[in-house]
Amino acid sequence: MSSDAFPTRRPALDRLDGAWAADKAAQVLMFVAGISAIVFILGIFAFIAREGLSFVFSRFSFAEFFGSIRWAPTSNSNPTFGALALIVGTASVTGMAMIVAIPFSLGAAVYIAEFARGRTRETLKVLVELLAAIPSVVWGFIGLSIMNKLIIDVFDVSVGLNVLNAGIILGLMAAPIMTTIAEDALKAVPDRYREAAEAMGATRWQVIRRVVLPAARNGLASAVLLGVGRGFGETMAVLMASGHSINLPTSIFDSVRALTATIAAELGETAVGSDHYGALFTLGLFLFLITFAINLTADLVVRGIRKK
Amino acid sequence: MFQASALNDRNARIQRRWRLLFLVMTLLLILPVAIILGLLVHHGAPVISWSFLFEFPRQGMTAGGIFPALLGTIFLVSLALVFSVPLGIAAAIYLSEYARDNWLTRAINLAIINLAGVPSIVHALFGVGAFVLFFRFGTSILAASLTLGIMALPVVIVSTRESLQAVPRAFREACWALGATRWQTIRKVVLPNSVSGILTGVILEVSRTAGETAPIMFTGAAFFLPFLPESVYDQTMALSLHLFVLSTQVPGVPEGVPYGVALVLIAIVLSMNALSIGFRMVLRGRKRW
Repeated sequence: MSSDAFPTRRPALDRLDGAWAADKAAQVLMFVAGISAIVFILGIFAFIAREGLSFVFSRFSFAEFFGSIRWAPTSNSNPTFGALALIVGTASVTGMAMIVAIPFSLGAAVYIAEFARGRTRETLKVLVELLAAIPSVVWGFIGLSIMNKLIIDVFDVSVGLNVLNAGIILGLMAAPIMTTIAEDALKAVPDRYREAAEAMGATRWQVIRRVVLPAARNGLASAVLLGVGRGFGETMAVLMASGHSINLPTSIFDSVRALTATIAAELGETAVGSDHYGALFTLGLFLFLITFAINLTADLVVRGIRKK
Repeated sequence: MFQASALNDRNARIQRRWRLLFLVMTLLLILPVAIILGLLVHHGAPVISWSFLFEFPRQGMTAGGIFPALLGTIFLVSLALVFSVPLGIAAAIYLSEYARDNWLTRAINLAIINLAGVPSIVHALFGVGAFVLFFRFGTSILAASLTLGIMALPVVIVSTRESLQAVPRAFREACWALGATRWQTIRKVVLPNSVSGILTGVILEVSRTAGETAPIMFTGAAFFLPFLPESVYDQTMALSLHLFVLSTQVPGVPEGVPYGVALVLIAIVLSMNALSIGFRMVLRGRKRW
C-alpha cells in the first residue's frame, strides 16, 4: 500500500467481509426471483406445448380445427376435432360481455375520475373493487340459479343458459378491471390540459369530451383490450352460464360452448396421452397465444402514449 | 360582474345531464353486487349453522356440512402463500431496488403482465403438465398449491413493488451514506417502511386465491373425499370446487345448500378484501412522509 499524500481509498471500499458477502448473495437471490416471471411464462408455454404437440403432429389439421364445427373427440368410429363452434362460442360471449361492460365501465371511470370527489369517490372505488373480488365460480352459480330464471321469465324462452346470460355475467366480471384501468388512464392526463381548457371558459363536461377523453384514448383502448382478454380466458362462469352446448349461435338466446369451458369440462375424463387429451392442450395453447397477443397489444397501445 | 349568458345556461344544463348519466351508469355497475349479496344472504343464511361448517357431507353430499372443503381451501391457500409470497417479494425487491431500465427489466415486466393475463384454465393445464405429470407430484395439494401460487405471483409482485417504491429515495440515500450495503439498506430501511403495504397485497392475494376453481380442478382438488388429507401428497376438497360440484353435478341437493356454500366462500373472500382495504386506509392516514 502506498503512503502517499493521497492515500487511495479503494481498500476501504473493497473490504470483503460478511456484509459484503450477504449483499452479493442477496443480489443474486433477488435476481433469480426477478427473472422467475419470465421462467414461468416460458414454462407455461413449454409444458402445454409438450403435452399438445404429439396431437398437433399426428392428428391436427388446420382446416378441421378452424373450419369445422364438429367437436366430437370421444366418438369411437370417427373422432373429430373441429374447434370453430368453440371459437365462435367464446367470441360471441365475449362480444356480448363487451356490449355490457364497455359503456358501463367507461362511464363509471369518467364519473369516478372526473366528477366524483372526496368520500364519494373513495366509496365508489371500494365498491368497484368488491365487484372484482367475487370469485368466478360464484358468478357461475349466480348465472345458473338467479339469471337463468330471470331470463326465462323476462324473455319467455325455454332455456336461460345462453349467450345473453354468460355475456351479462362476464360483462359484470370484466367491468371492474376495465373501470380501474380506464380511470388510471384518465388520471394520467396532465392537469394542465384541464386547466388550460377551463381557462378558456369550457365547462367540466366540455373539458372531458374535448380534452380528457381524446388525450386518454390509448389508455381507454387498452382497458377495453384487457377486458376482451379477460373474457376470452374466463372459465368457470362461462362453463356454468353459457349452456355448454356446441352451437353456432344465431341469436343471443342460443346456448353456446366456450374454448375454456370445453377444457374444464373434458380434461377430467381423458386418458393422458390420448388424442383427446392432446387436443385439449392444443386448445389451451391456442388460448394462451391469443391472450398473450391481446396483452401484448394492450401494453404496446399504452406504451404508445407514454412515448409521445 | 359576470352575467350567465344563454350559452352558459345551456352548457351547464348539458353538463348536468351527462353527469347524471355517468352517475346512473356507475350505480348500475355497482347495483348488481348489492342484489347478489342480498340474494345469497337471503337464500344461504338459513342453512348456515355450526354443524354446516364443521360436519362432513353425508348422503352423496345432499346433507351434512362442508368441513373438509373449508379446511381444504385453507390448506391450499396457505401452501400457495408459502410459495408465492417469498418469491414475489424477492422479485419485487429486484425490480424496485436492483433492476436498471434495460431490455431485461422490460422483458420481466412484460412477463408479469402476461402471467397475470393467462387464463385460469391454462394455468390448470400447466399445473397438470408440469407438477402432476412431469414432477410426479400426482394430483395433490402440493401440485394444486404450486399452480395457485404461480397464478397469484403477479398480484404479489405488483403490490409489493408499489409499496417498495412508495419509500422515499432519500431514506435509502441516507442509509447508503452511512456506509450500509445495498442489502443492509433494503433489510433495515426499505422493508420495515413498506411491510404494511406488502401485507395489504398478501391479504388481497388470499382473497383471490381462495375463490379460484379452474386451476385446482385437475391438479389436486377432489369432488368428494370421505376423509381429511394427511400430507401434501393427498388430494383435498375445496370450497370453490364444492360449489361447482353441488350446483352442476349432484342431483337432489336441497336448494339452499349451494347458496350456503356460495355465501361462506364469498364471506371469506370479501372479509379478506375488506381487511385489505381497511389496512390501506389506515396506512394512508398514518403516512408521515
